[in-house]
Amino acid sequence: MSTAMTERTSGGAAERGEPILSVRGLEKHFPIKGGGLIKRTVGAVRAVDGVDLDLYPGEVLGLVGESGCGKSTTGRAILNLQPATSGSVVFQGREIVGLNRKQMRPLRRDIQLVFQDPYASLNPRLPVFDIVAEPLIIHGLTKDESELRARVRELVQTVGLNPEHTNRYPAEFSGGQRQRIGIARALALQPKVLVLDEPVSALDVSIQAGVINLLEDLKTSLGLSYLFIAHDLSVVRHISDRIAVMYLGRIIEIAERDELFSRPAHPYTQALLSAIPLPDPRRERARQRIIITGDVPSPANPPSGCRFRTRCQKFANVLTDDERQACITLDPALEDRGAGHPNACHYAEPVSVL
Amino acid sequence: MSTPGTSGTAASSSGATSTGTLSRGRTADEAGFDPSAPLLQVSDLNVRFPTEDGLVHAVRGVDYTLRSGEVLGIVGESGSGKSVTSLAVMGLLPGSARVTGSVRYRGQELLGQSDRSMSRVRGKGVSMIFQDPMTSLDPVYKVGAQIEETLRVHDKTLSSKAAEARAVELLELVGIPNAVERVDSYPHEFSGGMRQRVVIAIAMANQPEVIIADEPTTALDVTVQAQILEVLQTALSETGAAMVMITHDLGVVAGIADRVLVMYAGRPVEIGGVEDIYYEPRMPYTLGLLGSLPRLDAPTRERLTPILGSPPSLVNMPPGCPFAPRCPLHIAACDEQEPPLIQVGGGHAAACIRTEKVERAHGHAAEVFTETASDAVLAGEALPADLALGADAADATSADAPRADQTEPTAGGADTGSIISSHRGTQDGDRQ
Repeated sequence: MSTAMTERTSGGAAERGEPILSVRGLEKHFPIKGGGLIKRTVGAVRAVDGVDLDLYPGEVLGLVGESGCGKSTTGRAILNLQPATSGSVVFQGREIVGLNRKQMRPLRRDIQLVFQDPYASLNPRLPVFDIVAEPLIIHGLTKDESELRARVRELVQTVGLNPEHTNRYPAEFSGGQRQRIGIARALALQPKVLVLDEPVSALDVSIQAGVINLLEDLKTSLGLSYLFIAHDLSVVRHISDRIAVMYLGRIIEIAERDELFSRPAHPYTQALLSAIPLPDPRRERARQRIIITGDVPSPANPPSGCRFRTRCQKFANVLTDDERQACITLDPALEDRGAGHPNACHYAEPVSVL
Repeated sequence: MSTPGTSGTAASSSGATSTGTLSRGRTADEAGFDPSAPLLQVSDLNVRFPTEDGLVHAVRGVDYTLRSGEVLGIVGESGSGKSVTSLAVMGLLPGSARVTGSVRYRGQELLGQSDRSMSRVRGKGVSMIFQDPMTSLDPVYKVGAQIEETLRVHDKTLSSKAAEARAVELLELVGIPNAVERVDSYPHEFSGGMRQRVVIAIAMANQPEVIIADEPTTALDVTVQAQILEVLQTALSETGAAMVMITHDLGVVAGIADRVLVMYAGRPVEIGGVEDIYYEPRMPYTLGLLGSLPRLDAPTRERLTPILGSPPSLVNMPPGCPFAPRCPLHIAACDEQEPPLIQVGGGHAAACIRTEKVERAHGHAAEVFTETASDAVLAGEALPADLALGADAADATSADAPRADQTEPTAGGADTGSIISSHRGTQDGDRQ
């Protein structure tokens, strides 16, 4: 890996040593089939369209964006749950893209996924014990029944549930408790990396806070690294060390947490931050809001040049016609343009919006 | 109404006489209507649903008064009864629901009215914006037709031409570009945010005096939410309506509401001006809710203070404060009877007998939640099960024991003691 590449995707984390997970040029396109008898591919939804990421040991990397920006697909492609169209995912020096199920299995011990919906991700017909024990059995990690019992008990306790209740079924638990079961299952194989796909967005705030605290504690005590995928920027800000903002299949800005929130440089990040309502009446009412118009364009047919230009208030209101030409014709690369961290805007300039 | 000429003049001339862009003639002919009475007065509203497990008491005595021109925010977690309350006000609950109490719109009792007479109030006096713009529009009718239906149902004299002109005007008002062509689109041709704009256009079509918005931005992305909140403000200034804003998002309420009602387990547990609620909450639940929010604007990354346990089941509720099992300020007296809303300041009331303890925190959840964790222990509060289990586990896997301790959800931080985490574990156990 070239140094230029490292700098390009690090967003100021170059001092963290070798990344544990390194993603380069990741693409995931879903074919659009035409009608008629013979299904021909007539186009592609470019859900993930060239994503570069580095996850360093012990770090939480937040991946944020609005619905349809490709953040969940990125997570799944990294885990090879949906094979990537192209690109490379290197986990601890080993290329994941192109591996088949059997070849993936030993790697799954080290990289696990926590799903968004705690209602759909647990088998309703299995008691909690079996759910948490399943990965241990599949990977043959325990010698005998008593060791398995002790391990499951410990896991369930680790996530703050009562081990007495492992003979119960998922339906008997609340949403927050189910999400804890999902986390216990993901931890069963003692992974090094957890990909968390919207782990708290289905939960009420008072319950959500408990799960966030649990995730923070687990990270510290077990030395985990998280790829934390979410749409809620306040949650992401709370838990992440670095944050990558996605828009229409691309990362458009990546920076250290405080840097991103105090000096966002990309107009989309600025709009995103300014759109979030603050639970503080005086500050909320005193804020100047950047309202962007319209909706996210179709990823099957992204705009030419900069993908954000169709909604960009800078493009619409600030730039001259000459300056706009660059936005229309040139696809901006993710690089540091003097803002102190990489972003993908020709006219990036840090602004404080909070 | 004969409206020759262009659509623009048609809209304004029809508005003056019937659709009400200028006039505010409305249900004045209804029985019991009193223009001087409070806009919307809900008193002792109770809703019960019969289920196989018994009677679910979803709303347990809701009282509020909506004054004209104000925005009342109703906040609470899922299952707190905030949506059922508004459906009861609109008379939209299924027939099996047992609704008691009183809902008065300008003095006119709405509960117990026939669907037919309610239809005269709905959309004209009180209108509603639903959460999901994907399902609240009819997929087989053009959006224009759906707006026109709302207009013509309340004004039989309105010509279809005038109604269409008004529909275009409304779509322009809610920020739909190229409205003249878009009236002929079907809902599926719109994005989520655009559909919600159409829903808002329908809600404001007849110049209602009250708009009830039930989680109007929950299904939307945050940049679209910001757009829709702007449109709602437009709708309010355009119609002069008062609004009940139901949401679980404390940020949205902070920006739009004048007064806030916090609901828990089917009851209002705190009501007050928006600044009182956010800066000087008196009910431990409100304090806990604010403490469990990750803050975008916090100077440092503070540890969150979750509320332990989960809300009670609304079937056969035990006596006493419903929040008591999760409350760090819980004392024996809390279990005796459910506290009524007690005045704690001008226009500010909380359903708690220990509000003076909450007052000391001045909105800092961590203070109350730690101080009282030790309180709870001194008072000999229940924490046996989990501690015992912790010891067990330490024996079984002694090597890993410290790790298990550390990873207790709320342990480790300087702001919360290990006591509260054991407390939490017990509560989880109780709830299962």
